[in-house]
Amino acid sequence: MSIDATPENLAAERTSAPMLRVDGLKKSYPTPQGRIPVLRGVDFTLAAGASLALTGESGSGKSTLLHLVGALDDADSGDIVLDGVALTRLSENARAAIRRERISVVFQQFNLIPSLTVGENLSFQARLAGRYDPAWQEELTARLGLATLAARYPEELSGGQQQRVAIGRALAVRPRLLLADEPTGNLDEATGDAVMALALDLVAATGCAFLMATHSERLAARLQRRVRLESGLLAAQ
Amino acid sequence: MRETLWTLAALISHWRRRPGNLATLVLGLAIATALWSGVQALNAQARNSYDAAANAISGGGARTLVAARGGLFDQELFVRLRRAGVEVSPVLEGAIRIGEKNIRIIGVEPLSLPRRSPIADRRTRTDVIEDFFSGPGRGFAAPQTLRRLDLSEGAQPQTERGQLLPPLAALAEAPPGAIIVDIGVAQRLLDRPGKLSRLVILDEETFDEARLKPIAGDALRLVAPDDDSDLARLTDSFHLNLTAFGFLAFLVGLFIVHAAYGLAFEQRLPTLRTLRALGVGPPHLIAAMALEIGALTLIAGGAGVLGGHAIAQALLPDVAKSLESLYGAQISDRLALDARWWLSGLAMAGAGAALAAASGLTKALRLPALSFARPMAWRGAHHRYLGRQATLAALALVAAAGAYGFGQGLASGFAIIGLALLAAALILPVGLAGVLALGERFARRPLARWFFADGRQEISGLSLALMALLIALATNIGVGSMVEGFRQTFDRWLDARLVAEIYFEAATPADARDIEAWARTQPDIAAILPVWRAKTRIGGWPVDVVGMTPHETYTAHFPLIDAPTGVWTALHAQDAVLVSEQLARRLSLAIGETLDISTSGRDWSARIVGVFPDYGNPKGQLRIDHEKLKRYFDDASGVQYSLRVDPAATKRVIENIRQRFGGKIARIIDQAEVKTLSTDIFERTFAVTTALNTLTLIVSGVALFASLLTLSDMRRARIAPVWALGATRRKLAALEMARVMAFAAGAAAFAIPLGLFMTWCLVAIVNVAAFGWRLPFHMFPAQWLVVSCIALGAAFFAALIPVVRLARVSPTELLRVFSNER
Ligand SMILES: Nc1ncnc2c1ncn2[C@@H]1O[C@H](COP(=O)(O)OP(=O)(O)O)[C@@H](O)[C@H]1O
Ligand SMILES: [Mg+2]
Repeated sequence: MSIDATPENLAAERTSAPMLRVDGLKKSYPTPQGRIPVLRGVDFTLAAGASLALTGESGSGKSTLLHLVGALDDADSGDIVLDGVALTRLSENARAAIRRERISVVFQQFNLIPSLTVGENLSFQARLAGRYDPAWQEELTARLGLATLAARYPEELSGGQQQRVAIGRALAVRPRLLLADEPTGNLDEATGDAVMALALDLVAATGCAFLMATHSERLAARLQRRVRLESGLLAAQ
Repeated sequence: MRETLWTLAALISHWRRRPGNLATLVLGLAIATALWSGVQALNAQARNSYDAAANAISGGGARTLVAARGGLFDQELFVRLRRAGVEVSPVLEGAIRIGEKNIRIIGVEPLSLPRRSPIADRRTRTDVIEDFFSGPGRGFAAPQTLRRLDLSEGAQPQTERGQLLPPLAALAEAPPGAIIVDIGVAQRLLDRPGKLSRLVILDEETFDEARLKPIAGDALRLVAPDDDSDLARLTDSFHLNLTAFGFLAFLVGLFIVHAAYGLAFEQRLPTLRTLRALGVGPPHLIAAMALEIGALTLIAGGAGVLGGHAIAQALLPDVAKSLESLYGAQISDRLALDARWWLSGLAMAGAGAALAAASGLTKALRLPALSFARPMAWRGAHHRYLGRQATLAALALVAAAGAYGFGQGLASGFAIIGLALLAAALILPVGLAGVLALGERFARRPLARWFFADGRQEISGLSLALMALLIALATNIGVGSMVEGFRQTFDRWLDARLVAEIYFEAATPADARDIEAWARTQPDIAAILPVWRAKTRIGGWPVDVVGMTPHETYTAHFPLIDAPTGVWTALHAQDAVLVSEQLARRLSLAIGETLDISTSGRDWSARIVGVFPDYGNPKGQLRIDHEKLKRYFDDASGVQYSLRVDPAATKRVIENIRQRFGGKIARIIDQAEVKTLSTDIFERTFAVTTALNTLTLIVSGVALFASLLTLSDMRRARIAPVWALGATRRKLAALEMARVMAFAAGAAAFAIPLGLFMTWCLVAIVNVAAFGWRLPFHMFPAQWLVVSCIALGAAFFAALIPVVRLARVSPTELLRVFSNER
């Protein structure tokens, strides 16, 4: 944050500057054959409430980029600024707090907590962040069609149902930014489309920004903008 | 705080789904704590009793004066000291028998008792104190002692010698197994007129050591209060032994805890990752895990300490009996444990839980928020695991060798055993993996190949339980052969030592002379051999001096460890002694050396002409010629005798003596009875060890069961593909059972050499250091067979439920493995 980060200045910055700004982001992975660069200078911005699809071949680095933006992993260089806060400069604990309160992630493998019921899973992140809102929770549950499943455990649900729980959990906290990594990759086409529709609907209701990685151009087309990741760089489309 | 609590809630929800895993964890920790704190309770109980006995009169903290040489001194000395203004209070202690039970008599002088003394408190109740020396007097005993004697307050029991005790009153502060009486009464009961055993210093401020010398010369010696009493010193190794076995059992329990926690950690790994992704920072995660361990400690530790109390309660009678018969120590039979014991039990549970969870905690601390969906590099991880085990095992072996080089005391003996067990346990999975790899190479049929390959994967999950089993088996073999070897040696030794047919003790030396004179006229009695005793101290240790007459009873039978020819002639004709093995080891004495022995008069220099085994005697012993005992020790007991008679006439002679001498005989007993008594003492001494051993074995069985149960879910995922390819569930279940049995057999095979090594350490290092005797090393193959069968049996029963569940698992369940694959 800059020195003149007074509330007024911050507010001004929010209206003028984008909510998320990614600048010259580089990331490589160590392998037995040496470091392999995956991201080689990625730049993009995302305004509050906007949606962006990230496409690319399998292995092109979509997940890697999403993990960096989600404050789950460290970049080699470059900046990720969310609401004026440079995520790349934060400590481990501060990044955990950002994840808890501002950014939600939906993974391809759902990543529900197997020992908690559906209801408990749904409210978990919100409670963790101290933002549990029963009315919102109830609305989400109803709109996701999970009301009758609340007492079940994740392993007793189908894939589509599990992913709906994961989306509900992510939105219950009312994040500023929702990240989704191939959220329908484990689902059949019909289920995937239904879940997608629901997700977009709820994102709009929540008013958060939405960044989704997918290898499907068809799904990508449903978002406002899309960019393509190729050889470690973004190609606008 | 909020984050930590919700994280904790998510962590704990795991147990809701897997109560079996939780039960194992709690049970393991509870058992470990129970065994440890049970043993500590026994130790604490015994130490408290020793302290109570030592402090009953002085109230603790006071120095005392005792006879420099041990034994008694003349009351005359006390009178002279008092006249010279030295403020001391006299005490006479000794043992009497009431109705076959040994009771300690403590004679005190009520008026000069130190104010700190619990008995002095009674001074305020003047009526009682008046009783103490008016009329028939008064005897004070702890309520427990009264119960033990089957007496109620006011009763007036008779000693075996026919003397009447004053009416008894209950006094909670009296040491267990003792009766406190007026000093005059004690002198009469003990037949020690004009003798005292110690003087308690009343006022440290005014006491001046310099004034002692002119009056008492070298006759008295000052003993500091914090100086361990002889009892504490003699029983030290007994308690160390208990502690060592308790600790071993604790470690075996920890293996369970570690295994259970490790499995839970693996199962919760995805949850931990998800939590991290949801924004739980490492500090919150660690705090939640620590809270969970804390709660576990409170629940399992609390249950464990309660269990320890129960174990101690159950073992206390045996421990008390063996302490009494070995050391003459009286232990209170009501467990009275203070807060310190409860807290230390909980602390031990906490330390154990923390230790068992440490690797999980450090992993959690370094856990990345991302799980990389890479194929599981099982092979690499497996090899790293085996390599690490082998390295640690090598380190443990080096440490064991170091401990051996460091010295051969008790501590290093136990350290060697502990490290060797650890090394063997660590190397066990490596050995098993090697055998399985070999099997895989030679297996032809595909299912057999899968059996071996899959078995290798299972090792890391089962290894902790198998290690616990190995340790328990090895300990059983090790301790079992030591005890069995000792039993055989002891029996043979007892036969050689107890040649005389009858043993008796006269009430007084005068009575003894009457009986002796009569016995010489009896045709049935081939010989009457005095076995008088006296006390002395050598190198600070209490030593009994026992007299011997020249007779075939000794020259042809008395077992000697090391003696040049002509030892018996030398013993009787020269200034010569035989020393017991314990004494010889403790003071590093060798044959040919000269020993300065303090006697009633001047020191007596005698040459050591032989060493004899004296199993089960904590005190050192000297055997000298009977005439010399009479000459040098004018306070020699003068009442104990052995009789040689025609074995067929034994019963008749005893009957005769009883009728003829009645009250002049304090005790008379035949050879068979002495042997039974001695063997009984022996059995009791090892009863506790055996009980702990068995408990350890049970614990390891539970560990195996728990691990198999927790693993069975994972096994399902491994078995489902093979099942899908066409193997029947029944066949797969049979293979599962075969594998567990093979593992147990491997552990048993490994346990035998390890157990033998442990036996060697016990007989060659630990026993020598703890008790002062070295036993021959014996092997008992039958015992190995039994232990192997126990291992297989334990494995069979541990595997039964998981395997039956597997054989019955529905195809739907197996199919779920595929649908849930991520
Ligand atoms: N932890 C890792 N270690 C090494 N290489 C990795 C790791 N994670 C991803 N990669 C490599 O980085 C590249 C991009 O991966 P990823 O971001 O998962 O692509 P996408 O999500 O677009 O399929 C791939 O070549 C992958 O093999
Ligand atoms: Mg991906």
